[in-house]
Amino acid sequence: MSSRVIHKHSRVDFSKPLSFTFDGKIYQGFAGDTLASALLANGVKTIARSFKYGRPRGIVGAWAEEPNALVQVDVGARTTPDLKATQVELYDGLVAARTSGWPSLAFDLKSLGGRFSRFMPAGFYYKTFKWPNKFWPIYENIIRRAAGYGKSPIEPDTETYDHKHHHVDVLVVGGGANGLLSALLAARSGLKVLLVDDQSELGGYLLSMPNVTIGNLYARDWVAKIITELSNSPNVTLLERTTAFALHDMNMIQAVELVQDHLPHHERKPEQRRERMHRIRAKQVILATGAFERPLVFGNNDLPGIMTVSALTTYFNRYGVSCGKNAIILTSNDLAYQGVADLAEGGMNITLIDTRANINPLWAARFAKLGVTIYPGYGIDQALGSNAVTGAKLVKLDSIKMSASINCDIIASSGGLSPTVHLFCHDGGRPQWKDNVLAFVVSATGRANAGIYCVGAVTGVFGLQESLSATCETITEMLAALNKKVESDDLSFNTDEINCSPAHAIFRIPTTAKAFVDFQNDVAVTDVELAVRENYRSIEHIKRYTALGFGTDQGKLSNVNGFAIAAEMLGKTIPEVGTTTYRPAYTPVSFGALAGAHVGDTFEPRRYTAIQAAHNSRNASYETVGQWMRPWYFPKPVEDIHAAVNRECLAARNNVGILDASTLGKIDIRGKDVREFLNRIYTNAWNQLAPGKCRYGLMLNEAGMVMDDGVTACISDTHFLMTTTTGGAAGVMSWLEKWHQTEWPELEVYMTSVTDHWTTAALVGPKSREVLAKLCSDIDLSKDAFKFMDWRDGTVAGVPARVFRISFSGELAYEINVDASYGHYVWEELLKAGAEFGITPYGTETMHVLRAEKGFIIVGQETDGSVTPFDLDMAWAVSMKKPYSFIGKRSLARSDTARTDRKQLVGLLTDDPNFVLKEGAQLINSDNITPPVPMLGHVTSSYYSAFLGRSIAMGFVIDGIKRRSDEGNNIVYAWADGKAVKVKIASSVFFDAEGARHDV
Amino acid sequence: MFVINCPHCNEPREEEEFHYEGEAFIARPAEPETQTDAEWGDYLFMKKNPKGWHWEMWGHSAGCRKLFVVKRNTANHAIDGAWTLTEARAAYDAEMAKI
Repeated sequence: MSSRVIHKHSRVDFSKPLSFTFDGKIYQGFAGDTLASALLANGVKTIARSFKYGRPRGIVGAWAEEPNALVQVDVGARTTPDLKATQVELYDGLVAARTSGWPSLAFDLKSLGGRFSRFMPAGFYYKTFKWPNKFWPIYENIIRRAAGYGKSPIEPDTETYDHKHHHVDVLVVGGGANGLLSALLAARSGLKVLLVDDQSELGGYLLSMPNVTIGNLYARDWVAKIITELSNSPNVTLLERTTAFALHDMNMIQAVELVQDHLPHHERKPEQRRERMHRIRAKQVILATGAFERPLVFGNNDLPGIMTVSALTTYFNRYGVSCGKNAIILTSNDLAYQGVADLAEGGMNITLIDTRANINPLWAARFAKLGVTIYPGYGIDQALGSNAVTGAKLVKLDSIKMSASINCDIIASSGGLSPTVHLFCHDGGRPQWKDNVLAFVVSATGRANAGIYCVGAVTGVFGLQESLSATCETITEMLAALNKKVESDDLSFNTDEINCSPAHAIFRIPTTAKAFVDFQNDVAVTDVELAVRENYRSIEHIKRYTALGFGTDQGKLSNVNGFAIAAEMLGKTIPEVGTTTYRPAYTPVSFGALAGAHVGDTFEPRRYTAIQAAHNSRNASYETVGQWMRPWYFPKPVEDIHAAVNRECLAARNNVGILDASTLGKIDIRGKDVREFLNRIYTNAWNQLAPGKCRYGLMLNEAGMVMDDGVTACISDTHFLMTTTTGGAAGVMSWLEKWHQTEWPELEVYMTSVTDHWTTAALVGPKSREVLAKLCSDIDLSKDAFKFMDWRDGTVAGVPARVFRISFSGELAYEINVDASYGHYVWEELLKAGAEFGITPYGTETMHVLRAEKGFIIVGQETDGSVTPFDLDMAWAVSMKKPYSFIGKRSLARSDTARTDRKQLVGLLTDDPNFVLKEGAQLINSDNITPPVPMLGHVTSSYYSAFLGRSIAMGFVIDGIKRRSDEGNNIVYAWADGKAVKVKIASSVFFDAEGARHDV
Repeated sequence: MFVINCPHCNEPREEEEFHYEGEAFIARPAEPETQTDAEWGDYLFMKKNPKGWHWEMWGHSAGCRKLFVVKRNTANHAIDGAWTLTEARAAYDAEMAKI
């Protein structure tokens, strides 16, 4: 604990020690620490190995800008990779590990490659792994193993996540000085305010600047006073540990709240979420996102023990950690000075190297009193040391004259501030370069018309007093636009700041040693140089060629230095080079938070029919059809799917089966023009269909391709009931609405989705009439009174029913529709009545086999949006004589659609009756598979038919309709699983072509 | 993730309640059979794809089920207005007259 500094400003509670483990070793920290501050306090300097060269790396930053200290936190299902140690709150029992460095942090094999680093310049992936082409899979394997940090958990996540929606007047992003002031002013004017801040404690950088005063208050007291007032305002919500990571159109902000990852395991509540995503729709957004300090680039600037001045100051003031005894501070600006003074007052020996020749005299006097040695007009050529910094070699900048080396155990640098402009830019906003502050900044009110305002450091106003006054003006303007005004009279922002002298426009100090721009991706100055030399001109290309600003860093620390160095080498100004594009997410977001509650059982709604309980009691196995859960087959003990389906098929063909067909889409269509509407929507004619009759229809899209099919019943001249495919119901509904609303508003039709209103039981098989007769006495079921394709109203088992005599199996069949509330009852009554005939419930698999035996298509299985009715050999369902040119008709005559040698639906029979073709198998002309092999089509449906005692299949073959009756030319091969199987093209109707079985 | 004001419900609602129905004002040719393949192909397939303002149809699928017209900027998702199908044509013609 030698480097702990116990002082009154620290936000760490020294009375609450905690123990934690890093890389298997136990350490001690305190409540209020981050993992990074605790590791630094324990003298742990190397915490990572670099990506390309395996160089030792330490902690550079104090928050989200940290590029190196990526750690794996926790173990098992809870483990999380790639967290920044600087953002991980310490709790008792925390277990963390490094994510890089193999075999150990002390010795990384990759570092041996360091001496070969000239073989790994920018773009080395593209250059080294390019040839020969066929080796790419091997290279990819190697690269994948070398790339990335950390390990994802392999166990299922045991924790829960959720989403919360907010609608607010004002969202303030950032709880620093200017964010707090904005929230306060907005709240006092009565607006509904939400403030989100990513840290565990509000106050932002003021927490690191305890000696600053605002008005007559110390910074922390000023913060506390505002928090108290906000907390007591009913119109204000404060969310800590909540990172706004994306700003989308129309001020939709996504923010993720870490709910309880900061608590020791035993304090986490199982009923509480781990993380919560907030989706915030805000009328006004105030971005008070602050800025990160960027380091200066010099030789060996990646040695452990080199960090930013703000980080060094933060560890000292906020966490009570002194990162070294003898510090060298390198700066190009005054912003770092307050921290330097605090450190010197706290007892650190400081050598201040300022790249500017003239030091602000007020500061010079203050530093003289504190015993700070100053080198004006100097820079650091390179840091010295092998595994940690031990000194620095100075250089006098005006003469490039090397100077003596100075010993130190810590170096901190400041190249100025880079505003956190990310959110502002997510929806297309661009930052502007401002020369006087040497930063890409955003405009305070430039997007006020979109309700986006910016305050504080993000606008390039870095002085505290100046920024608070500017914030006050910005919020006044925002309130004025809402016809409100600032309701405050205590707006004194006098601080004790010393006015800043101009900063020095310097980003790197030329050196012969390796100087890094982007630590996380191991991008050195020479890499940017090389990219420019190889003629990359756009900063977007330079970024991708060098990997500058990739990864979790997303350029927070490295971008502006990279842009500036590229500008220098391109001979352009920084604004001419511009920035790369800022995209969400600002910081990494877990999949859990993104998914929220939409996982497992709550991933998607599951729809069940009214007779689900009956299916469960009969051991149904289910398949998902759209959102519906449909019985797939009903296995008896020891039966597999094949045995069950064979038994079900034979029962339906020989006796009687029963299928739950309730999921078919049903659309009730009424109005005086329904017939004409159907004429236009379907391919066939509807004028002659009498009440009591049904008809099968094919629906095409305007390109002439089949999109749905089903049976529609005429209830009366002005009332029809349309059925659609199970999966197509919603799409067909909006399709009908579209044509009605856009092209045919003059037709009087009203459509209602009634899918869930009805339960439909299909009673199928030669004994179906006898079963139905036992339960239905008010419908004459005789062959001539109730014909095929008729429907009748009546009662079944005492329940009002609409019975359709239609068949998707080719057997005598009745589809019994009853109010869904009675569905389960009627189903059970049917099963009781059918018991003496061996009634067998069957599922979708048997339904598929039965329909395939008859060559009936399934839209979506036989069709894929490129199939016309003629391709399906279904010209019988198309009436070309209707007066109105039905949807899709004209397209059937387009030159390509009208070709006669298109892929057409045929039956396919193997020589071996027991061999079932693979669905999706390609059909080719011979079993010679030496490329090129012309693809003739593919298998769409394939089953074993127990009734026929052989396999059957359907598929598409070029010119198939002609080939099926062309004896010498009817053989093709189905290619799947490395085998070409001979098949004969045949009719797709495998038996009872004349339809005798249903006509009884 | 934008907000659309359904002109039938007269209320701004989240995008997820709506579905996109493509470019607005594509009239189905009155007599398809007299169209050449090229003309019919134009109607079927040739859609505007501007960077900037676009007049398009949306359907309020999770609401009133009505289709309506939205003028949306494809570059930044700004929405300039939403009209019922009956009103939209006049708004569109008025704007075209100005150009």
